[in-house]
Amino acid sequence: MTTTFVGMPPFPSAARTALADTQLRTNLAHATGTIRAKRTAVVAEIDDWEELRLAGAAIKDNALMHLGSHLVRLETALAERGATVHWARDAAEACAVVSTVARSHGVDEVVKVKSMATAEIGLNEALAAQGIAAWETDLAELIVQLGDDLPSHILVPAIHRNRAEIRDIFASAMGEVGRAAPDDLTDDPSRLAEAARLHLREKFLRARVAVSGANFAVAETGTLVVVESEGNGRMCLTLPQVLVSVVGIEKVVPTWSDLDVFLQLLPRSSTGERMNPYTSTWTGVTPGDGPQEVHVVLLDNGRTRALADTVGRQALRCIRCSACLNVCPVYERTGGHAYGSVYPGPIGAILNPLLTGVGVDEQTDSLPYASTLCGACFDACPVRIDIPSVLVDLRAQVIDAHRSAPGHRHVPNAEALAMRAVSWVLSSGARLGLAERGTGLLGRASTLLGQRTSPGVAVRWPGCLALGRRGRMRATCPLRRPSRSGAGGGAPPAAAPRQVGRERSFGHPGSHRGSAVIGRPVAGACPTVVPVLA
Amino acid sequence: MDLFVERVEDYRATVTRCAATDAAAVIGSVLGAGLPAGSKVVVPPDLPWEVVDGVVDSGLSATELDCFAAVVTSATVAIAETGTIVLTHGAGQGRRAITLVPDMHVCVVRADQVVADVPDAFALLDPVRPHTWISGPSATSDIELSRVEGVHGPRTLHVVLLT
Repeated sequence: MTTTFVGMPPFPSAARTALADTQLRTNLAHATGTIRAKRTAVVAEIDDWEELRLAGAAIKDNALMHLGSHLVRLETALAERGATVHWARDAAEACAVVSTVARSHGVDEVVKVKSMATAEIGLNEALAAQGIAAWETDLAELIVQLGDDLPSHILVPAIHRNRAEIRDIFASAMGEVGRAAPDDLTDDPSRLAEAARLHLREKFLRARVAVSGANFAVAETGTLVVVESEGNGRMCLTLPQVLVSVVGIEKVVPTWSDLDVFLQLLPRSSTGERMNPYTSTWTGVTPGDGPQEVHVVLLDNGRTRALADTVGRQALRCIRCSACLNVCPVYERTGGHAYGSVYPGPIGAILNPLLTGVGVDEQTDSLPYASTLCGACFDACPVRIDIPSVLVDLRAQVIDAHRSAPGHRHVPNAEALAMRAVSWVLSSGARLGLAERGTGLLGRASTLLGQRTSPGVAVRWPGCLALGRRGRMRATCPLRRPSRSGAGGGAPPAAAPRQVGRERSFGHPGSHRGSAVIGRPVAGACPTVVPVLA
Repeated sequence: MDLFVERVEDYRATVTRCAATDAAAVIGSVLGAGLPAGSKVVVPPDLPWEVVDGVVDSGLSATELDCFAAVVTSATVAIAETGTIVLTHGAGQGRRAITLVPDMHVCVVRADQVVADVPDAFALLDPVRPHTWISGPSATSDIELSRVEGVHGPRTLHVVLLT
């Protein structure tokens, strides 16, 4: 299992190459500048945005704390609605399920909805090895596929390409795999979008098998959700008779009503829109409407490893909006390829090492250093992933791993000690406050991180929350960090003026320690690692 | 209601307000103005309004649907804050495919179906039904992160709001 591109050099080397590409930097500055402005405007329209972020983080934390039971519930709900559930421990198992389903229908092609999970597991390459063509139908994925390129952004994998480059790719490559681009194609974005429409329409109309991911999976109902813009997702989810969805196990949310929080957070954070053009939900098989054979592959591929990391597990809250990429000063300058993974940017810098583990390869180990720790990613994250703290912790893990490597001296060096110290300080609001008043390395590091930390409201693992409209917090969380002024635990948040109507409570009494155990094997499917929290 | 109209139009969709008694006439004029003569229009089996020359969906294949220029449906819920219409593909809305393949979607929304925000919409929706949330015409931000309307879904969305 790997989440990184084969043969990629470590980040510093790849970044040096990328920085020399002035066209790349121009393209990225234009694109990220555009999306930052849009995001800022639509986020400003929501007066309780911070409460929404807290709610999103709390729902995800709750889901992760009880992941094993939510997954079993999801499996049961899906089965009751006619779906077939498969469990995949790693990329190879997930790819095998998809190719087995495709081959059972005798097809030599599938159409695909843009999906980070399928990119992560290298599904297209695995299907190609079985003689099955996987057609990417998202415009940016199509650009990457036709250009024989690598993705460089979570939302817009072809963000590194400008309109003129896209025009050239379409003109030269579309005809080789289907309907050619019009002879008079220009670099006008509407003409490029039209060319994609014409090229892919014939593939949509004839496809018998589609492959998707899912943005969310609702445990209580078995509902899957795909959020998109172009309608290519709807085409794949609706027209073929067979649908296989590869879903990371961290995509589970407990209840249907939890979705309302994420359908407010995701579009505004992702494309800077009040709502994305299309959101599709489906619950198993709907007789007479859409695919009549529905498969769901629940994918681990390192997620239980990440869940067992007490600092890093918060990365599993990620809803793949890519807001952290768009605000990151490092990403804006190097682009996504330098990260060497389908998950670039700040979230990639923590997610890749969390999924694969540190000390395995030099490229992955270089990623936690691909940051200035400025904290812009945390501010932008709709589910409040404290990326800088995880980066610092991972740096310490990398140093530990290298120190304990064979042949390495077994005495911590100054860098290792410093990273451990910073990590220790950041794990406590009280220590952070003390350190901020101090001097030297700890003082500087914690002040830097303190610029984006709001210790009075930061919630790692919620104790007991009650959410009203927009998922507003109704009660204090016993695990809230103390504020730097010493008002530890703090006063409850100010009463919310719109706290009416629907409320829900959840919480857990458990400790913060995580572990993973082998879960029960599912009849007719692969056994998997189902996480439990001790 | 005004916010809903403003937000839908912000996506470069068109909204026409009319009295419920005028719905059929307005649908006819919207189709007449937006389509070349002879264009085919598909409708779900139980649409409450008559569509002149509308072909009732009887399980048309994707290829057959591709010959239709427009579709007329009702909706389940509409969300003012985000300018979204939600289809749950029951009565008057038809299978998911019929509102996807034709290039123009005329969606009739009653005023009493418009709710304030996303949480209000969720409270009214049945998760077991398939849902399609539609916020403007098909669009993409994949070229330089600038929004362009018109990719694979209907490139024209016309909302008829019955007031």
